[in-house]
Amino acid sequence: MNSWINLSAVGLILGLGLVFGAGLPALFAVGLRVLSTSAPTSEGPASDGASAIGPRAVGPARMAVAVICFAIVVVAIAAGIYLIVRQS
Amino acid sequence: MAVAIVLVLVVITALAFDFTNGFHDTGNAMATSIATGALPPKVAVALSGVLNLVGAFLSLSVAATIASGLVDTKLVTLTVVFAGLIGGIVWNLMTWFLGIPSSSSHALIGGVVGATIAAAGFGGVQWQNLVSKVIIPAGLSPIIAGIVATVGTYLIYRISRGVAAGVRDRGFRIGQIGSASMVSLAHGTNDAQKTMGIITLALITSGALPAGSKAPFWVVLTCALAISLGTYLGGWRVIRTLGKGLVEIESPQGMAAESSSAAVILLSSSFGYSLSTTHVATGSILGTGIGKKGAEVRWGVAGRMATAWLFTLPAAAIVGAVSFFIANFIGGTAGVIVMFLVLIAIALLIYLRSRKTAVHAGNVNEEWTGGVAPPQRETASSTSA
Repeated sequence: MNSWINLSAVGLILGLGLVFGAGLPALFAVGLRVLSTSAPTSEGPASDGASAIGPRAVGPARMAVAVICFAIVVVAIAAGIYLIVRQS
Repeated sequence: MAVAIVLVLVVITALAFDFTNGFHDTGNAMATSIATGALPPKVAVALSGVLNLVGAFLSLSVAATIASGLVDTKLVTLTVVFAGLIGGIVWNLMTWFLGIPSSSSHALIGGVVGATIAAAGFGGVQWQNLVSKVIIPAGLSPIIAGIVATVGTYLIYRISRGVAAGVRDRGFRIGQIGSASMVSLAHGTNDAQKTMGIITLALITSGALPAGSKAPFWVVLTCALAISLGTYLGGWRVIRTLGKGLVEIESPQGMAAESSSAAVILLSSSFGYSLSTTHVATGSILGTGIGKKGAEVRWGVAGRMATAWLFTLPAAAIVGAVSFFIANFIGGTAGVIVMFLVLIAIALLIYLRSRKTAVHAGNVNEEWTGGVAPPQRETASSTSA
């Protein structure tokens, strides 16, 4: 049966798929959560616009964590594009 | 002269297939962004079209042919390629009409396999490769993508529970657009290449290019344009089924689905498996429905799709085989010309029929009522659900 299904490849794709396909959006969510200052109090009106997620309301530590999260996501996207370019 | 006419018709037919490939698959990348309102419908298809165009140019080494390893390439003649393309196009058009996202790659492979069987018998097909490289990956990929998307959706909702609704929606829409763009890019690279490979194969077969040649620039250019034009046209019927029919989608789910699709497609193609974007995208969207508590998943719609997937290879194969028989029976250039006209007639018929229940940018997001087309005009198939 092993000539029909390459189980290790399936496992690898599932494993890495979980890391990148589920892990990265989760990281993105962490970034958003950190940026949205302690949830209930910051629930500004919709008209608040971009300032709701602006640095004004967010401390430096949170900002740093958010930047790291988003940076990792951006780097992963760049790696993905590299994969597209490189593959035949 | 006769060969030249046949070759020109094959190239045109291949580009026509590429075009159907484009509009059939727009939904894979953009259906979720359109459904959640992250992008206006027209903007979404334009973005996807541009990214498909870019994607088609991104990868430099074009795979020689989609058929290698699946059929005995020594048996492939221009007429076989031509008949195979007809099988692919007809199946693509029929499933588009029904609003069913089905794999364009499978349609093409099915068509070529069918035409090869018609030309050279069952021995011309490498069955084990067909099963291990095409059928089994097709069965596994939606499940893998579905699991990834389920986990992703669960995590995202879990993590972002406390985030203010406004921030959350805005943030995830950006994420959604980004991840959908990745899917479009990967689609342009993968799928445009298949047609480039087919045209190059036809050029080599007819002696216009020496064996082992790479795709000439005009082939890359026309294929890139055909697939991105098709994408821009937007297969609204398929978009509607994927975005509204399967699961009601919110932007965090959209982001989870597209991230899962992009990751699974890119990973597996770097491992040497060329998966169907459609199977992966559908599995991902289903997964986001499972991962979110209380989301409604319309298993009936999913079942209809799965059924269509089972039929894609054999149905396209039958059309390919019949096309080959007819073209071969009439013989030579005349046979190819006749089948070309038949193809145009079929395409026109399906197009005209589709106008009666048109789905377009304006009504693509209407409430799902069970049928592909919104109920501005009741059809027999639409039941209220």
